[in-house]
Amino acid sequence: MIRPFGPTEFWFIVSAVQWTILLSAVAFAGGAVGGLLIALGRVSQNPILRNLCMGFIRLFQGTPLLMQLFLVFFGLNISGVGINPWLAAGLALTLHASAFLGEIWRGCIEAVPRGQAEASWALGLSYYDRMKSVILPQAAKIAVAPTVGFLVQLIKGTSLASIIGFVELTRAGQIINNATFEPFKVFGLVAVIYFILCWPLSIYARRMENRFAATTRR
Amino acid sequence: MGYQFKFAPVFANFDQLLAGALVTVELSFGAMILGTIVAIACAIGKTAGPKPLRFIIDCYIELIRNTPFLVQIFFIFFALPTLGIRLSPNVAALTALTVNVGAYATEIVRAGIESINRGQVEAGTALGLGRAQIFRYIIMKPALRTIYPALTSQFIYLMLSSSVVSVISATDLAAAGNNIQSQTFAAFEVYLVITAMYLVLALAFSGLFSMIQRWAFNYPMAR
Repeated sequence: MIRPFGPTEFWFIVSAVQWTILLSAVAFAGGAVGGLLIALGRVSQNPILRNLCMGFIRLFQGTPLLMQLFLVFFGLNISGVGINPWLAAGLALTLHASAFLGEIWRGCIEAVPRGQAEASWALGLSYYDRMKSVILPQAAKIAVAPTVGFLVQLIKGTSLASIIGFVELTRAGQIINNATFEPFKVFGLVAVIYFILCWPLSIYARRMENRFAATTRR
Repeated sequence: MGYQFKFAPVFANFDQLLAGALVTVELSFGAMILGTIVAIACAIGKTAGPKPLRFIIDCYIELIRNTPFLVQIFFIFFALPTLGIRLSPNVAALTALTVNVGAYATEIVRAGIESINRGQVEAGTALGLGRAQIFRYIIMKPALRTIYPALTSQFIYLMLSSSVVSVISATDLAAAGNNIQSQTFAAFEVYLVITAMYLVLALAFSGLFSMIQRWAFNYPMAR
């Protein structure tokens, strides 16, 4: 039975964007917490912690996101949790985002001039005060552009969750395409929706990067 | 939990995995070479071309960079046949990877071209070099050295994202894993081994790229 591509099909795809946005938000929030821990671990005094965090980053940057999704998905299954695409996609993308944000933010922390850390040592600030009031606020300014850039990559990455059966934008497109055989309209629409999500973020990231480059050039 | 890991059936089919890994390497190198050609052409168009051409190249770059690779490959594999362009899975995979990496690499190559001081080009003109010579020796050669690290990490990322082509039944490493998984039901073990193989490939690519860097850019810096 081939259905025509009508308003119902159109809205089915458009409304699936909420799951893409929700999954991106979950992964980004989880990745922000994990990424901060990884970044702090990477710049810590403890060599064991530093190497552990570096290993974590290397592992996630050296393997495909699709394999990370599969491993978490099937790993949860054999560990007794069962088949759960939501949990698997959320967890895998969170770990993925933690590694990438950890590496991005490490660079931002290290870009803060060393004198700032030394001055806070001299003032007798504790580790917590030094990070919270001196280093991280300055690193955060540098981090805006690359972080938004990574968010775009993460939103695009959520499309892979469709392969483990998570119904988001791409999976909704596949379902409608299988019913209507209108791949041009279906995947064209899906691409346009992703573009509408990602393009403003890309422009914002580029603008922040240019503004930052302009202020540091002086 | 009393789960027994079953690695034996995975290693019994290791020849399939190696064949898949070979296709992954072939697809990656194919897309790297074709993508670099696309990127150099588009970067020239963007820095020296007429306005309408620059606009078209901008559209191509933004469209590719702001949509998922998975959707791009679905579009090429499922939508192009309705226009009469029918590609086999591996050719569709190579096309999608080339189109994708071409867009990212264009921005990298353009940044490299723009990093060349105008005075260098003027010096070339003063020495009586032709346009092609100026482009090759004065612009591209030092530009390639500047962008080499960015370009090669983009290539490693390309090799990793090529695992996605398994969804259109290309015959790459991830697809070999899907086959073995459906025969042996040892899904976790299969993907663990494959993930390790991707990691080895990524390390091998990165080692190869730094060897090429030492061999090709072994001349002193101009400044």
